[in-house]
Amino acid sequence: MAELGLIHFLILSAALFTVGVVGIFVNRKNIIVILMALELILLSVNINLVAFSVFTGTIQGQIFAMLVLTVAAAEAAVGLAILVVYFRNRRDISVENVDLMKG
Amino acid sequence: MALIAFGLIAAIVILSAVFVIAARNPVHSVLWLILTFFSAAGLFVLIGAEFLAMLLIVVYVGAVAVLFLFVVMMLDVDFVELKEGTLRYWPFALLVGLIFLGELALVWATSGEISTTTFDPSPGGDTNAEAIGAVMYTDYLLLFQMAGVILLVAMIGAIVLTLRHRPNVKRQNVGEQTGRRRADAYEMKDPAPGEGI
Repeated sequence: MAELGLIHFLILSAALFTVGVVGIFVNRKNIIVILMALELILLSVNINLVAFSVFTGTIQGQIFAMLVLTVAAAEAAVGLAILVVYFRNRRDISVENVDLMKG
Repeated sequence: MALIAFGLIAAIVILSAVFVIAARNPVHSVLWLILTFFSAAGLFVLIGAEFLAMLLIVVYVGAVAVLFLFVVMMLDVDFVELKEGTLRYWPFALLVGLIFLGELALVWATSGEISTTTFDPSPGGDTNAEAIGAVMYTDYLLLFQMAGVILLVAMIGAIVLTLRHRPNVKRQNVGEQTGRRRADAYEMKDPAPGEGI
């Protein structure tokens, strides 16, 4: 029986990334789910970084995974704040009408 | 044994991720997202990256997912209407996903073997957290500080975006409050008996 190796994590991460990309296409009206799909994509990146870090015996990957985590949290906070402001102005969150904000 | 555990948890990760993007109700999406993050943390524990696993739970489940829940429940949106017509995007989305997955498979097929002989989740330290700390506060100090700045900017940005001053709402004015002297606050009267003020 095969050992748990790097390739398993790479396959999982690729599958998770693909699910995230598909999620962006499928929910193109609902910006909240788009943001969640973005979080999935960032999670798959993190899985990749940590797997490479552990399986090659270098710690740097885990540091960068932490930085990605920071950016993901900041992105979620600002994205949701923009969403709240947009909802306040227009009373809906349909992505299709965002281009009305053009000057 | 580790492979079986990996298979189980990975299946949960992928399945719950699919439910995140396919759920009808965004609240359910957020709950599936939490399950995804928990399972991913389990995977990290499995290969010994304990610190990242705990961080994933604290940051993602504790902060990000709760933030999503707040916003989903706060916004009074007709999500059924938003969900209308998404069925026709599925074929296109699946096509894009398949192409993307095929490209990734091509990369695996053509890239050489990566040397993974040194399995070590905490090189240069007794524990995972110690190994991370020893590098992060020395070699990557600047990046660490910049991560803090990013968080600060995000915090200020979120506050500035959502703060609003509505008219006709009474607010506390701290300067006025503390600048008040005793002489402005009250007045001494000495009314004569039976006359009033």
